Amino acid sequence: MRELTYTEAAREALGAEMERDPNIFVLGEGIGKRGGNFNTTTGFFERFGPRRLRDTPICERGFVGLCAGAAMTGTRPVVDFMFIDFILDSFGELANQIAKIQYMTSGRLKMPVVLRGCIGAGSGHATHHSGSYYSIFAHLPGFRVVVPTTPYDAKGLMTTSLRSDDPVLFLEHKSLLNTRGDVPEDDYTIPFGQARVCREGDDVTVVALGPMVSKTLAVCDELAAAGISVELIDPRSLAPLDSEAIFLSVSQTGRLLIIDEAFGPCGIGAEISAQIMERGFDQLDAPVRRLNGPHGPTPFSPPLESAAVPQPEQIAQAIRNLAAE
Amino acid sequence: MAFDNEVLLSLYRTMVVIRRCEEQLARSYQAGAITGACHTYIGQEAVATGVCAHLRVDDAVFSTHRGHGHALAKGVPSRELIAELFGRTTGCSDGRGGSMHLFAPDVGMMGTTGIVGPNILQATGAGYSFQLLETDRVSVAFFGDGGVGNGAFHEGLNLAAIWQLPTLFVCENNMYATEVPFSYAARNTDVASRAAGYGMPGIAVDGNDVLAVAEAAQAAISRARAGDGPTLIECRTYRTRGHAEGMQDGGYRTEEEVNDWKARDPIKAFAARLLERDAIEPQALEQIDREVAGQIEEAVEFATNSPWPDPDTVTDHIFSEGG
Ligand SMILES: Cc1ncc(C[n+]2csc(CCOP(=O)(O)OP(=O)(O)O)c2C)c(N)n1
Ligand SMILES: [Mg+2]
Repeated sequence: MRELTYTEAAREALGAEMERDPNIFVLGEGIGKRGGNFNTTTGFFERFGPRRLRDTPICERGFVGLCAGAAMTGTRPVVDFMFIDFILDSFGELANQIAKIQYMTSGRLKMPVVLRGCIGAGSGHATHHSGSYYSIFAHLPGFRVVVPTTPYDAKGLMTTSLRSDDPVLFLEHKSLLNTRGDVPEDDYTIPFGQARVCREGDDVTVVALGPMVSKTLAVCDELAAAGISVELIDPRSLAPLDSEAIFLSVSQTGRLLIIDEAFGPCGIGAEISAQIMERGFDQLDAPVRRLNGPHGPTPFSPPLESAAVPQPEQIAQAIRNLAAE
Repeated sequence: MAFDNEVLLSLYRTMVVIRRCEEQLARSYQAGAITGACHTYIGQEAVATGVCAHLRVDDAVFSTHRGHGHALAKGVPSRELIAELFGRTTGCSDGRGGSMHLFAPDVGMMGTTGIVGPNILQATGAGYSFQLLETDRVSVAFFGDGGVGNGAFHEGLNLAAIWQLPTLFVCENNMYATEVPFSYAARNTDVASRAAGYGMPGIAVDGNDVLAVAEAAQAAISRARAGDGPTLIECRTYRTRGHAEGMQDGGYRTEEEVNDWKARDPIKAFAARLLERDAIEPQALEQIDREVAGQIEEAVEFATNSPWPDPDTVTDHIFSEGG
């Protein structure tokens, strides 16, 4: 099959949907002629013109608020934040307006807004450009939150996001953007709330997010050689969350570890842990464990930044510890 | 308004320090000694230099992602800036900040921000403190043309105007925000004219003319110290390198435009003026050039030999107590 990068795959989906639906438009800084800081819209300005690829001033609160009104009146905005950290300036518009308007109008109005941007540490961009924030949005009723990790998932979930009538956060980890993988040429969708089992195993279930998936995969063989068989699950979507898939796996292994570069407290790992415990406390042979980055801002200096993200040695150690419990 | 030769030479020195430091940082970035973002200030040196020349150490500066020049002009030693971008403990933010998060409160450098906008509001807040504390201290927000379209600009200027806060709003209009021309982001590209809408004085100056900037800043700072409120100063200028190191500079602006502005180099223009009008000997400038070159060389060596932070300190200082 044809290989694409993660960015190319998501872009292909956006381009195809923009061809299909003339009501989709993109707002962002440098997404017009420039094609996006992360090449999210390369070549689109020529293809779709300036009204559908609109460079904005640096006014996130303004254009996100505008998107609410646009979505309420028949168009389908996509906001390209480049670094997702900039979304925070528009939090009121999102949490109080975009997330609530369908409910407040008893479904008479839809809110098809896609909010995309890059997440994560590891590129030396320091604390204003390294956040993830998915747990915050997953906490709020009214948002779909997806965190694709492969080019295949990026295309399928982008298509689903663009066809959804709900507000969707589409979050792309910077370290994944140039990774390559098989991507079908035809369009396809991946439903929200459908996890992917990346590796089957019997001893420990690991739920990993974003780049933690490949970091975990990288230590699985070594662990298998040491007699620990890991079942690795990529939830892909955090809201809704496929707790069914996680529960099924935990029913086999009896052990669950959640690995997430983002903060532990009140994070998605805590939610997964609670849901599994509520559903199947009896299935567990050991406490649910979490491995997160430390609960602090992301520092700049390379040795500090690496200490802010779970590394392969820590991942392997956490799995060994849980297997031994 | 006349500046004596000593002041003129110190303006020259500050601009040269910024330029040589930025050139060094660009080289270090290319050599891989700096990760992440590195936005240089080359071409805009006259703005930070002209404004900060009148600031005291207890005045407060709040700057942007393009803040190396502001930090140097406010008194952060070049070695502490370079060490910061190298990620070392001897950097002005202990290596925790990098290019976009420079803090040196002891010299009134209250930070640079990776997010466009907040520094405008923080400078307004410092103005509030200085008024409440009944001091004659002033605060300065530096921001780009890109900041003008952000709500923080509107809200900060309005607050400062209604309460007559001792704050300078210095817009460095270099005509682009990343690669988006200011004319795409504003129908009215005359930033200084916006001041009228808030009821404060607004003035536009040639941002490549250090004396024009210095004079405008001097007047605004005196007014602020005297309790007569804020001023918006628009400095029209240009960055002659790409938005950030490692980013292309093609496509969105013509080579002609870039070369035009390179020809209006603020340092060369000022040097020429010093030699012609102020009868300063070329040797005086050459000596400064030499001293600065030595200083930057020493700074790089200092940074290179400085220790890396201990990974165990990653969560220090999240709260006021305990680390
Ligand atoms: C709230 C926010 N949105 C977007 C960005 C991304 N960004 C960083 S610098 C920049 C352009 C800034 O332009 P300007 O203010 O004119 O400053 P200049 O780079 O020209 O000095 C943008 C859009 C950001 N840092 N913060
Ligand atoms: Mg600018």
